[in-house]
Amino acid sequence: MRRLVTDTLIIAERNLIRLPRAPELLIGFTLQPIMFVLLFRYVFGGAIRTPGYSYVDFLIPGIIVQNTAFGGFATALGLNEDVRKGLIDRFRSLPMSRAAVLGGRTLSDVATNSLSITILLVTGVIIGFSFHTSFADAAAGIGLLLLFGYAFSWFLAFIGLLVSSPESVNSVGFISVFPLTFISSAFVPVASMPDGLRQFAEVNPFTIIVDAMRHLWLGAPANNSVWGAAVWSLVIVAVFAPLAVARYRRAAGG
Amino acid sequence: MSDPPAIETHGLTRSFGEVRALDGVDLVVGRGQVLGLLGPNGAGKTTLVRLLATLLKADSRSARVLGLDVARDAAALRERIGLAGQYAAVDENLTGLENLTMVGRLYGSRRAAAKARARELLERFELVDAAGRPAKTYSGGMRRRLDLAAALVAEPPVLFLDEPTTGLDPRSRLSLWAVIEELVAEGTTVLLTTQYLDEADRLAETIAVIDHGRLIAEGTSDQLKDRLGGERLEVELEPRADPAVAVRALAAMSDESPTAHDRLVRVAVRQRDGAIVEAVRRLSEAGVGVEDLTLRRPTLDDVFLALTGHAADVDSGDGDRDGDEQPARERESIA
Repeated sequence: MRRLVTDTLIIAERNLIRLPRAPELLIGFTLQPIMFVLLFRYVFGGAIRTPGYSYVDFLIPGIIVQNTAFGGFATALGLNEDVRKGLIDRFRSLPMSRAAVLGGRTLSDVATNSLSITILLVTGVIIGFSFHTSFADAAAGIGLLLLFGYAFSWFLAFIGLLVSSPESVNSVGFISVFPLTFISSAFVPVASMPDGLRQFAEVNPFTIIVDAMRHLWLGAPANNSVWGAAVWSLVIVAVFAPLAVARYRRAAGG
Repeated sequence: MSDPPAIETHGLTRSFGEVRALDGVDLVVGRGQVLGLLGPNGAGKTTLVRLLATLLKADSRSARVLGLDVARDAAALRERIGLAGQYAAVDENLTGLENLTMVGRLYGSRRAAAKARARELLERFELVDAAGRPAKTYSGGMRRRLDLAAALVAEPPVLFLDEPTTGLDPRSRLSLWAVIEELVAEGTTVLLTTQYLDEADRLAETIAVIDHGRLIAEGTSDQLKDRLGGERLEVELEPRADPAVAVRALAAMSDESPTAHDRLVRVAVRQRDGAIVEAVRRLSEAGVGVEDLTLRRPTLDDVFLALTGHAADVDSGDGDRDGDEQPARERESIA
């Protein structure tokens, strides 16, 4: 057990050390989200009606949730690369904890997600976002966001081990994550969507987590969304962590 | 005396779907020995190494390394083996020092001790100047040295080297060979796979030839060569000479029938003395013009050709990172 903890931390540290040396990924965490915030705020924002809130207040919780989901791409791409380059073989020939490679991966995503959440919040405040709730609620929101991001990293860990190349990681990842985040309450009120889409959006876990964030940051009605988001996070881990581990075992040939 | 051998397998078998990558391999390597596992791409070399290094599970449980069962005692075994792959498994975005320190810590060393060991290895492998640079800036030879250093972090008594020099330039090969010879001199047991006959000839005391997942011959380089019988006579014919006539003329000198390849006729002669004179006489009587004629000891190439019916280094040498086909195919289908 102690081995699991120390080895997980060693792998997480390794992932963070190498991050600044792969600049394209770092740009994904920093510049890209800022660009999206600005595009939505200034290009679409004027045309989207969000009763009760200014669009920037409405947008920031939604776009931060989307961005946190994409944070797991570091895990998907990293694992994919480790398998292709034979590094997984190196790890598996060492007397280290079997679970630490995946555990360290998803853990380092928590660190990178914290970084991009900070960047997005600062950007948001600069362009007019403000918290409408207590410090404790706002902090709880960040905690919930990190939990959800951690859970989603397990989904993307599974994707990263499922497909053969970084290109397919990108396309499978985008194809699954983009519709999920757009057909949700992240960018527009769900009520504005046509039948079919609206019903999907209402049960979409992304809607639930975004609503939870709006409750904790803006004081919007909770409607059980906070509990719902926590439960969804646990369900995602419970489903995808075993799948990712099974895939990891097979990818490593054992 | 009662020490179990370093490596011992009995009827080791592993299939990937329909393909039998390993088909009943029996192998014994004594402590401190160097076994060269020689075979073409897809012969099962990498599969064997991956099984012994606990990366793959065998279909039949019958392999021991240092007396430890590779399946049941895998965790204990991993403390005592080192693995260096045919494609250097180091983290390209970590520096040489960071790579080796990480491996040391994953073996359970504290950070300071792991770092000290890493510096020691960097020095030994002449990587001190590059210690602070990410491995992606290294040359092919430097990466292999770093990979080998990573395998040696815990000073393992048994080392698996899977095609350690495939794709390297001649100078890097020589320097890697020197390092491996040093390790052997220190008493490390080495199982080395290669498709290069000169590599097996130079590094390995014992050579096992593997093809289609089976061991087809085992022995010292000299023993294998002796199995072919005596010397080889190679005759290069004049451009207009008929190889078939030459083959017929020389057939009586050998127990095997001579082979002809374009203008090159090869004969395993029964007797060395007077062979050249006799060959020239027979050929001139048959009216076959000769351009060149040599008598030499058989090489491992001849051994390989005789044992498998095909040459050893088919499509080798370009650093094909999947070397062995079976595991590569498996990895592909998963990936």
